[in-house]
Amino acid sequence: MISRRKFFQVGATGALAALGVKELLAEPEVDPTGGAGVLVDLTRCIGCRACENACRVRAGFGGLPTAAIGYGAGEGKLSFRSRTFIDFRDGGTKPNQPVKRQCMHCLEPACVSVCPVAALEKTAAGPVVYHENICIGCRYCILACPFSVPKYEWDNALMPRVGKCDFCADRQAKDQSPACVAACPTGALKFGKRGGLLQEAKARLDSQPNRYTSIYGEDIVGGTSWIYLSDIVPEELGFPRGLPKEPLPALTWRAISKLPFVVIGVGLALSAVFRWRTRNGTEQP
Amino acid sequence: MNEINWILALFRIVGVLVMISAAVCACWFLSGRQPPKHLSGGFGWLLLIVLWGLGGYALTSRYALGLGAVTNLSDQFPWGIWKALVLCGIAFAAGGFLTACMVYIFRIRTFYPILRPVVLAAYLSYMLSASGALLVDLGRYHQIWRPIFYWQHHSVLFEVSWCVMLYTGVLSVEFAPILLDRFGWTRTSHFVHAITVPFVICGVVLSTLHQSSLGSLFLIVPNKLLPLWYTPLLPILFFISALISGFAMAIFVSALTFWIFHQPLEPRVLASLAKGMTPLLLLYLFLRVADLTARNAWVYMFLYPVQGVSFTVEMLLLLLPLFVVLKTQWSGRRRWAFAAAIPVVVGVILNRLNVAWIGLLPLTGSHYFPSWIEITVVLNLASFGVVIFGLAARYLPLFEHPNISGHRPVDATGGVRVIVPLKASGHV
Repeated sequence: MISRRKFFQVGATGALAALGVKELLAEPEVDPTGGAGVLVDLTRCIGCRACENACRVRAGFGGLPTAAIGYGAGEGKLSFRSRTFIDFRDGGTKPNQPVKRQCMHCLEPACVSVCPVAALEKTAAGPVVYHENICIGCRYCILACPFSVPKYEWDNALMPRVGKCDFCADRQAKDQSPACVAACPTGALKFGKRGGLLQEAKARLDSQPNRYTSIYGEDIVGGTSWIYLSDIVPEELGFPRGLPKEPLPALTWRAISKLPFVVIGVGLALSAVFRWRTRNGTEQP
Repeated sequence: MNEINWILALFRIVGVLVMISAAVCACWFLSGRQPPKHLSGGFGWLLLIVLWGLGGYALTSRYALGLGAVTNLSDQFPWGIWKALVLCGIAFAAGGFLTACMVYIFRIRTFYPILRPVVLAAYLSYMLSASGALLVDLGRYHQIWRPIFYWQHHSVLFEVSWCVMLYTGVLSVEFAPILLDRFGWTRTSHFVHAITVPFVICGVVLSTLHQSSLGSLFLIVPNKLLPLWYTPLLPILFFISALISGFAMAIFVSALTFWIFHQPLEPRVLASLAKGMTPLLLLYLFLRVADLTARNAWVYMFLYPVQGVSFTVEMLLLLLPLFVVLKTQWSGRRRWAFAAAIPVVVGVILNRLNVAWIGLLPLTGSHYFPSWIEITVVLNLASFGVVIFGLAARYLPLFEHPNISGHRPVDATGGVRVIVPLKASGHV
């Protein structure tokens, strides 16, 4: 015999499926190997800032100042106009270690999941791109990003924008590599398919254990399109501590996916209470 | 460049003058269309004129110069006290759906007399914190309607914005009888009355969703929010604390308004509200303690002294009223019920500030403190609510008992009486 609880469970599931809610409740599908990626080999980076310069030129903010040799320092941090920069890490086991910073292009990006109007999008090709004419300026993406990548155009009073690396999605569409990768003189940046790059990183790590010790980006917050290969532990490279391996949107989805049941449950319970309190057409004391 | 400065100055002067005139008008109508009689009344006028004058300067600056120039927000700390105000105001507004539920669904007669003041306070708190604060906080405030057409159902904020829009409509239906009675529009009033119960049910459902979702907003920042507040239970804790805040706010608003406007209020109304608050407070504190213990998070109290103090104050504010409400001979008295409600209201607001501001500081490495303009805007929005409430209490039938059953209205003592529209009774 079917129990009461079972009956309601089956009934509720059936009703939801009929409404097409089940489709909404499905986890977003992500191809774990597909999409573009970049392998950053920090042992090959010489900190010349050619990538930073190329990024500024391509984004239309003007190149870096020139120094005696190569490029002078830019803003020294990520900002609306500075979408990548060379972060010289001090205090680690290797002093003055250059680490390139930019959007990590997560496989399941927190920024995309939190945007209320879908102004941020993880494209099938790999880049996380920003549609500036949809944005409402809530700045939730800036709060939510585990790597604190999106930055805001704080001085724009009417149409402020979010500024972040877009992985040169326009160049990728024309089968070109991103501007920073194209500018790198030492081969520290390698552009390709993420799956292949990850295999290559592991192969390099296995074959040269004296040169490399760690890979970052394989599984942190569900994996990122940019993968760092280095001889330093990731914490010393300045990546945030305390991040789970689980994609961050899953933390929120666990709560959101229960809401249809809350709606049905609370609605039915209140209707029942109302019927009971007003039974026989009169008010109960 | 010089011309732009002139335009800005002109814009600001116009803003300040408009706000000062609004303040004078508000004071004029609040004190019964006459100049202040006493010194304290004059002080009240002055306070509102100065506050709204500064508000005019603050608002014009914000819209002319943008967020960067007038706030202390930064890329490290993108959400400030304006966003925190949204959380606080919506938690404070919880009294509205709670009282409406108890009156229209549970049909508890005790609460009939406080329905209108509490629903109006909730309506104002809701409009000013959710819509008002967002209109100053959103970088593109003119695009606030976008979530209607651009859907993204994985976003908590998308869901919250829909709840805000729909619940504003529900509150309007719940508030409408006050206006309709005032102007004696009986036929419309009957129509509104016919659709009220389904709307109230929708209102409770929507409130359940978005009170909890305001907590879910912060589930995405496990590495930024201090473990004293970050927990997977955030949505549940936010919902329970909103219910607690709802009871406390209902006590606070009804006691205060019935005293200020010299209306009789039965002691058992406040006592019942205090009684309703008790098990929820116990449950909430138990969940907090159990959760912190299970996650081994107590140590963060001592690692981060400022946050530790803020956390302790928050817990004490929610703990101390228990001693009052658990003692029946105390909670039965209006004064004590009121005294128990205040720390609860403040405690829940502090909880929201801790989650949205203080608890985010250490791990993001920021030192955000609101600028004077941010604080002025918050005070202005709050004062708008107080002033509009005062005007409504003076000019609308706020203390008439609502016509719940569709028959003749019943007052709290059980006697039957007929509501005469104010216009007819010559009351105004």
